[in-house]
Amino acid sequence: MLSELVFYCFIIVAGTAGELCVTRAMKTIGEVTDFRPHAIVRVIGSAMRVPWMWIGIGLMTVGFFALLAMLSLENVSLVIPVTALSYVAGTLGGEMFLGEQVTRQRWAGVALVCLGVTLVFIGKG
Amino acid sequence: MRSPLGLRFKTHLLISLMIVFGPVGDVLLSKGMKRIGAVTIRAPADLPRLFLGTFTSGMIWLGIGSLLLFFIAYMLVLSWADYSYVQPASSAAYGIVALLGYLVLGEAITPVRWAGVLVICVGVYIVGHTPPRTTGSDSC
Repeated sequence: MLSELVFYCFIIVAGTAGELCVTRAMKTIGEVTDFRPHAIVRVIGSAMRVPWMWIGIGLMTVGFFALLAMLSLENVSLVIPVTALSYVAGTLGGEMFLGEQVTRQRWAGVALVCLGVTLVFIGKG
Repeated sequence: MRSPLGLRFKTHLLISLMIVFGPVGDVLLSKGMKRIGAVTIRAPADLPRLFLGTFTSGMIWLGIGSLLLFFIAYMLVLSWADYSYVQPASSAAYGIVALLGYLVLGEAITPVRWAGVLVICVGVYIVGHTPPRTTGSDSC
């Protein structure tokens, strides 16, 4: 049970922190307007030269291996909804790290997500 | 593609790709990891065996490929849309994962768990209806 808790923490905290770093990296690249394959490859190449991208990929890798471990222990339909807690981490991170304005409505949605996650746990049987 | 309609179209298109490739990748990984068995590391020698078992599985590689496509779509959409918009907008993936787990993997899902997935989707739907961009002057 303790190891499962640790794996879930890695999935949620490291995964969300990684996504926030990737978001910051992509914002420095700017809006993608050309979707031809070579243009997409060029965008990916540019993104890979932004340090935030590598920090993000590193953190997401930690989250990914924790996800692999949890998928070997539990059903996918339990593991994936539980990772919805990353919405809370993502909302807090968006506010503190990316300077996003989080409204009451957005927090209400996040609260519903938490309720849903609880129901998923209760329904584990 | 600077018009609001064009921006909305490409945002929805890429989020749709995320919704497809993300759950498919998760299900393939789950199927692959279930074949390998529960992860137990009792000695350092267990690690190479675990990595070998994981990365010689075709199912795992298909899952990684699907998640790679998900990640490319994710990177592209984040170049113009808010993280707090993209994250909830891709929430349909939760329902699809549960459905695939039920249909493809034959997992038992209780009504309470289905209700939980539904509430999660409603929650992220509400979050997705807040202003998509709050940090810049442009809007999605």
